[in-house]
Amino acid sequence: MSRKTASLDSRDSYVTADGRTIGPAVMEMQNITLRFGGVVAIQDISFDIREGEIRAIIGPNGAGKSSMLNVINGFYHPQEGHVIYKGEVRKPLKPYEIAHQGIARTFQNIALFKGMSTLDNIMTGRLTHMKTGMLAQALWWGKAQKEEVENRAFVEQIVDFLEIQSIRKVPVGRLPYGLQKRVELGRALAAQPSLLLLDEPMAGMNVEEKEDMSRFILDVNEEFGTTIALIEHDMSVVMDLADRVVVMDYGRKIGDGTPDEVRSNQAVIDAYLGVSHD
Amino acid sequence: MPAEFYYGVEVFLNGLMAGVMYSLVALGFVLIFKASGIFNYAQGIMALFAAMTLVGFQEGQIPFAHLINAVFGTEVHHFGWTMPTFLAILFALGMMLLFAFLVERLILKHLVNQEPIILFMATIGLAYFMEGFGDLMWGSNVKRLDVGIPQGGNFWIEENTAFLGGEEFYGFYLDTLDIYATVIAVVLVISLVLFSQYTKTGRALRAVADDHQAALSVGISLRGIWVIVWAIAGFVALVAGIMWGAKSGVQFSLSLIALKALPVLMLGGFTSIPGAIVGGLIIGVGEKMFEFLIGAPLLGGATENWFAYMLALMFLVFRPQGLFGEKIIERV
Repeated sequence: MSRKTASLDSRDSYVTADGRTIGPAVMEMQNITLRFGGVVAIQDISFDIREGEIRAIIGPNGAGKSSMLNVINGFYHPQEGHVIYKGEVRKPLKPYEIAHQGIARTFQNIALFKGMSTLDNIMTGRLTHMKTGMLAQALWWGKAQKEEVENRAFVEQIVDFLEIQSIRKVPVGRLPYGLQKRVELGRALAAQPSLLLLDEPMAGMNVEEKEDMSRFILDVNEEFGTTIALIEHDMSVVMDLADRVVVMDYGRKIGDGTPDEVRSNQAVIDAYLGVSHD
Repeated sequence: MPAEFYYGVEVFLNGLMAGVMYSLVALGFVLIFKASGIFNYAQGIMALFAAMTLVGFQEGQIPFAHLINAVFGTEVHHFGWTMPTFLAILFALGMMLLFAFLVERLILKHLVNQEPIILFMATIGLAYFMEGFGDLMWGSNVKRLDVGIPQGGNFWIEENTAFLGGEEFYGFYLDTLDIYATVIAVVLVISLVLFSQYTKTGRALRAVADDHQAALSVGISLRGIWVIVWAIAGFVALVAGIMWGAKSGVQFSLSLIALKALPVLMLGGFTSIPGAIVGGLIIGVGEKMFEFLIGAPLLGGATENWFAYMLALMFLVFRPQGLFGEKIIERV
């Protein structure tokens, strides 16, 4: 394979085998250590996420993957190390400010507004792009109306893209699990994020739903050029999707590279299959 | 048709309008409960405080006059001017917005992630504080609130419906104030519904009501939303305070209308705006019709005082989530 690896300087760009351009690093994690009291959830981990790539974080249960996603996201503030986002060291944020920096996410256990329709759920993803004041909205005054209509049109594109036209008016609480996951992806996409975080996007899905979701993730990456970082249990899925993979175990990084490199890494094999102690 | 029948219709209409007044109060509860899961014990006092503030501005009362007089030995009570009603309403509204901001800043901010019961206790404290603060600020005397809505029976309706019955029927007696209140409440509810359905902020309000974590993840500031919710609840309290204050005077008992809102909420469900409306109408019509058909002729009257609570109790037994509330399902 002609794909280059993490050893490449993070400021360079390169072109993948399937013709996508992978840009310089949009986010760099430098020597991140995260503790909860005496428990060390993440220990001295460094890696980067490049513009336009699909980056996966994998590892067995309790490896610290979700903690890592929360650090990337800004929910957790690491005790040591820096998060460099768009070339600057990121300062601690308030939870609601996270979405305003251009990072959108989905959750392992879906966090949708169950009582609201599919459209309304995806519209909430546009909140960070809507600027008119409350009074103007209340009066449905010129600019507010125009903004509402424009954003609604944008949301319709996403609805088309994710092929969920038929459920746009249905309250999401009534939808099957796979579709809810898709709506959640739609809401994250509506924010037009520069980095999209997916927390176990295939968890609990059947084979068909997994294939659909994989297709959407690839399409999002290809058509919108969205940078995606995802956590996943299912090894086979990750190996097909990701450009590069970080492998974690017990809060440490044990592998980093292309799927092929990671697959042949002895530490990774040990972590997943166990080591015989004889 | 016998005159009795038309009296029945009149009682029904009056019940509907009384129900709208209950709904107005219940609405304030629902708004806050939906958005933050807090049962706001202070809603009744908020209505009273809003009405007192309105009267105070209207009549040019000096705030804390008694306190100032006691401390400095002066004798001041009024600024000496009166304010047009419309302007006074705007000022009172500004006061309720300031109140919402302070509640978030001084109370809610410090109680994030606490148990609902603790937040509930905080609103009880808030209610007693507001009660004392309101009296200190505007005096505890009974005040007359005149916002320019005529009171008493509406002659036009009475004259034009008199032909319906026979000799003994003189037309429907409907209070003009109640008619105004109904129209205002309907407009208020429709605009609230439109606001929450078709605007960014409205959508954010519903999002927060639905799931806090998810709301944060799409960039909604919970604290900002709470200020907005309390401000809207304050606005609704002001409207309820104006209507009830104009009807029965601005005095402490005004805050007890909140008690009448409780059965309304149990019927309609704590989480449903339409529920608050329908619940209020059912209670209003129910208690008037019960009194008319059963209470007065068979039970010696005065059933209006307890009918609403009885109905609420029955609902608690058979349908605890109310007519429109979300069904409480606990997965184990």
